[in-house]
Amino acid sequence: MSIQNNRLAPEAYERNFSDVHPPFDKKEAALVEANRCLFCYDAPCMKSCPTSIDVPKFIKQITTDNLKGSAHTILQSNIFGGGCSRVCPVEKLCEGSCVYNLMHEAPIPIAKLQRYATERAIAEKWQLFERKPSTGKKVAIVGAGPAGLSCAHALSAQGIDVTVFEKEARGGGLMTYGIAAYKVTPRFCQDEVDFITSLGGITIEYNRELGRDMSIPQLQDGFDAVFLGIGVGLARQLGIPGEHLDGVVDAIEFIYNLRSTSYSQVAVGDRVAVIGLGMTAIDAATQAKRLGATEVTIVYRRTQEEMPCTQVELDLAMLDGCRVLWLAAPKEVLGADGNVTGLVCSEMELGAADSSGRRSPVETSRTFALDVDMVIKAAGQMPFQSLVDAAGLENKGGRIVQANGATSVARVFAGGDCVNGGREVVDAVQAGKDGAAAILDYLRATEITSPDTAMEPSAFNNLAPALPDLS
Amino acid sequence: MADISANFLGIKSPNPFWLASAPPTDKKINVLRAFEAGWGGVVWKTLGSQVKNVSSRYSAVNYNGSRIMGFNNIELISDRPLDINLREIEECIRLFPDRAMIVSLMADNTRESWHELIAKVEDTGAHGFELNFGCPHGMTERGMGAAVGQDPEIARMVVEWVMEKATIPVITKLTPNVHSVVPTGKAAVEAGTNALSLINTIQSVTGVDLDTFVPNPYVAGKSVFGGYCGPAVKPIALKFLATISQDPTTRQVPISGIGGISTWKDAVEFMLLGATTLQVCTAAMKHGFRIVEDMCEGLNNWMDEKGFATINDFIGLSVPTLTHWEDLDINYHHVAHINQDKCIHCGLCYIGCEDTSHQAINLSYGKPYNTYSIKEEECVGCNLCQLICPVEQCITMVEQRKGDEYLNWKDFQRLGLALNDH
Ligand SMILES: Cc1cc2nc3c(=O)[nH]c(=O)nc-3n(C[C@H](O)[C@H](O)[C@H](O)COP(=O)(O)OP(=O)(O)OC[C@H]3O[C@@H](n4cnc5c(N)ncnc54)[C@H](O)[C@@H]3O)c2cc1C
Ligand SMILES: Cc1cc2nc3c(=O)[nH]c(=O)nc-3n(C[C@H](O)[C@H](O)[C@H](O)COP(=O)(O)O)c2cc1C
Ligand code: SF4
Ligand code: SF4
Repeated sequence: MSIQNNRLAPEAYERNFSDVHPPFDKKEAALVEANRCLFCYDAPCMKSCPTSIDVPKFIKQITTDNLKGSAHTILQSNIFGGGCSRVCPVEKLCEGSCVYNLMHEAPIPIAKLQRYATERAIAEKWQLFERKPSTGKKVAIVGAGPAGLSCAHALSAQGIDVTVFEKEARGGGLMTYGIAAYKVTPRFCQDEVDFITSLGGITIEYNRELGRDMSIPQLQDGFDAVFLGIGVGLARQLGIPGEHLDGVVDAIEFIYNLRSTSYSQVAVGDRVAVIGLGMTAIDAATQAKRLGATEVTIVYRRTQEEMPCTQVELDLAMLDGCRVLWLAAPKEVLGADGNVTGLVCSEMELGAADSSGRRSPVETSRTFALDVDMVIKAAGQMPFQSLVDAAGLENKGGRIVQANGATSVARVFAGGDCVNGGREVVDAVQAGKDGAAAILDYLRATEITSPDTAMEPSAFNNLAPALPDLS
Repeated sequence: MADISANFLGIKSPNPFWLASAPPTDKKINVLRAFEAGWGGVVWKTLGSQVKNVSSRYSAVNYNGSRIMGFNNIELISDRPLDINLREIEECIRLFPDRAMIVSLMADNTRESWHELIAKVEDTGAHGFELNFGCPHGMTERGMGAAVGQDPEIARMVVEWVMEKATIPVITKLTPNVHSVVPTGKAAVEAGTNALSLINTIQSVTGVDLDTFVPNPYVAGKSVFGGYCGPAVKPIALKFLATISQDPTTRQVPISGIGGISTWKDAVEFMLLGATTLQVCTAAMKHGFRIVEDMCEGLNNWMDEKGFATINDFIGLSVPTLTHWEDLDINYHHVAHINQDKCIHCGLCYIGCEDTSHQAINLSYGKPYNTYSIKEEECVGCNLCQLICPVEQCITMVEQRKGDEYLNWKDFQRLGLALNDH
């Protein structure tokens, strides 16, 4: 029993990490589904999309051979429409509200059609958007994830010059570093980022970290406004004995490695316990299994009724052969010679319902032990509390508090996971759009109130060279 | 089990489904396959002076992913040697004596040519003739086909020539490329034709290629008007058929219905409006001959359900219900009703009525599902919404008469009743 890499043959890795939701093979196949769409008015699917993509319209455009128009319809509402078509939990969004469900018929495969419509646009870099002439206004964005880049695209389209500071070497945020490898490839993530920046007016400075290489006051000095799309950090600590042992790993780190090196280099245990049952837990469990772990057990302290992941995701883990232990909470990690050898869990039972109606799990006196050599922590992610505190941003447990996109600090806006604590890509994209709208409103307002200070482009141009000194 | 056999001018067939004169009937190999598949009869591909075809020959209109809603061709009459056609016709009759064998003719425009052709074809033992007065392309330029069918006097003359010579029943096939088929139909009946068939194809341009800018079908950078048929033309065919069934002269002879028939239901509609036999071309070209199986079974089941023992029990049954607009009952009124249990909240009824009809549907916002209900006082009973609604029986029209008595437009005007005020 040990934690090892290189467990499988190259073909096995290839197979295990290939597309879970393969695209349409052929135009005809896409048309069969597109033609099923009823073209609903004030469509439920559109209302269920956080970015309000006009779904009936883009599907109709597939049927009229207007693929360019279709891609435009999608991407104008959601510039990550290509990525979202691969990663969105559509069963609880657009497809979940498709009227066909009410007829007990299969819903329109909206995500698959969306992928069909956007795939060529991104691969061939169709120029679907035109940037307005530069206004000379400058905005700094921190984080090149979905929130940051969606904000960047919306601002640049309006003629704002955008500089994005990103601590990693590549863009896309968790799209590139977090989401399961069988949903998006690194190549696709790169193409998507390139597609977004091909609009012009967006410069991404990689390996530049807020808090290390620059501070918020410095950004405020150099730019008219700042947008924070920094996401959230590592997985929550378990706070139980044995957490320091070799073999207890953070799900985010585990997946980060998997996304940034080759699969064969990622080590995984024989018998793995995964703590939690959100999107991250499912991804950690399935990918541990796909890397060659013999047994993967998901430990969740509530019941299936309360699970945060969708049934589709749970099914994915189950089909991969992962096991779920319901009403079990980790109590202690056992070890020998500094390595994990087991996980002791408490049996839980559901107590009284809280104010939200959700019944909380209560510990019983019964415990049991799992024979495992690796424990993956995936019980929620932690916001960047110290960074946010240091910047003087009003926050709730590290989650930045904002109203209409604006934070408590002047000219600083925020959105995405760093505000909502961790939701989906599509929510972050909408937050980026909302942030951009708030920034544009703010810039327009300042233009009217103090025309002489705000609008002279040359004044801002002079500030740019100041940035290299920031570190 | 109902009896679905047909007796058309003494020509018997085990079912009323015949293949129309077209490629499916242009040689022995096809016709034998059709008879094996169960078709009741065929109208052999039109014979006349041998011609030469071009390629491509066909084009189509697709609709929402369904292929060949309408079909178009620029083919001519048979391009095979006459003697081979005649030999093959004879063989088919010998191999399947219980099926109807009608031969379509289009001779050159002289009495002698018609007489000569008729004599040769009668020698095969064929059961009847169909005169092709309908082909809208290629032959008209030579003064044949639709050029004959569009002029009642020429049609009368040709039918007279034919009747002088023919000893077997003669069906005259009408062209729809006229404002009314009745004048030519009447002329043909007066000249002695034993029956009528309709419709032949409708002149059309099915589309223009957006890359080459050439309409289709494409022939070396050019195109010509073609003949349109298939499901798209059925409503037009039914209308022409009904006018023939209404006219006191033309209704005296049996009718073979043609135009967009693809299923037993289409066939029954043609029969209810006066057709005794049904001819099919496009549906067979799209699906092959096997479609006749369901046509026979469906017709049979429907007749059993309705208690009709033979097809003669219902042929023409719907004709008297077609009346004049002025005779419609203005006091008849109905309003739409939405069954909320069936509604799937697609909003299609709403947007149709709101944008293009009478703003008679109320939208009550919901996320993600809106609720829709009818404002009965605004509803004019047009039934647009019912036609749009994707769920069967979800929108029904509920009768709400404006008055008990029958009131037509003439009475309405005579009584000086009030017109709409908004
Ligand atoms: C394992 C996992 C699986 C997931 N699967 C899905 C899924 O299948 N579908 C789905 O819709 N969502 C999924 N999510 C959620 C989704 O990835 C996030 O909601 C989304 O990426 C949030 O976007 P964001 O831009 O707010 O943050 P992020 O994507 O986290 O982007 C933040 C960016 O800011 C950078 N950054 C952070 N701090 C600094 C700093 N101090 N200075 C400079 N740059 C900084 C980061 O490097 C990163 O690039 C998943 C999340 C995880 C963790
Ligand atoms: C390719 C093609 C060739 C045709 N050739 C003839 C013909 O030679 N003689 C004729 O009377 N009608 C001809 N027709 C017309 C058909 O017999 C029939 O009247 C018409 O197609 C309408 O029927 P449908 O809708 O079932 O196809 C032809 C139709 C097609 C599609
Ligand atoms: S019947 Fe016509 S007027 Fe009445 S609700 Fe339907 S669409 Fe509107
Ligand atoms: S068209 Fe039918 S299903 Fe759709 S909203 Fe109207 S009543 Fe409901």
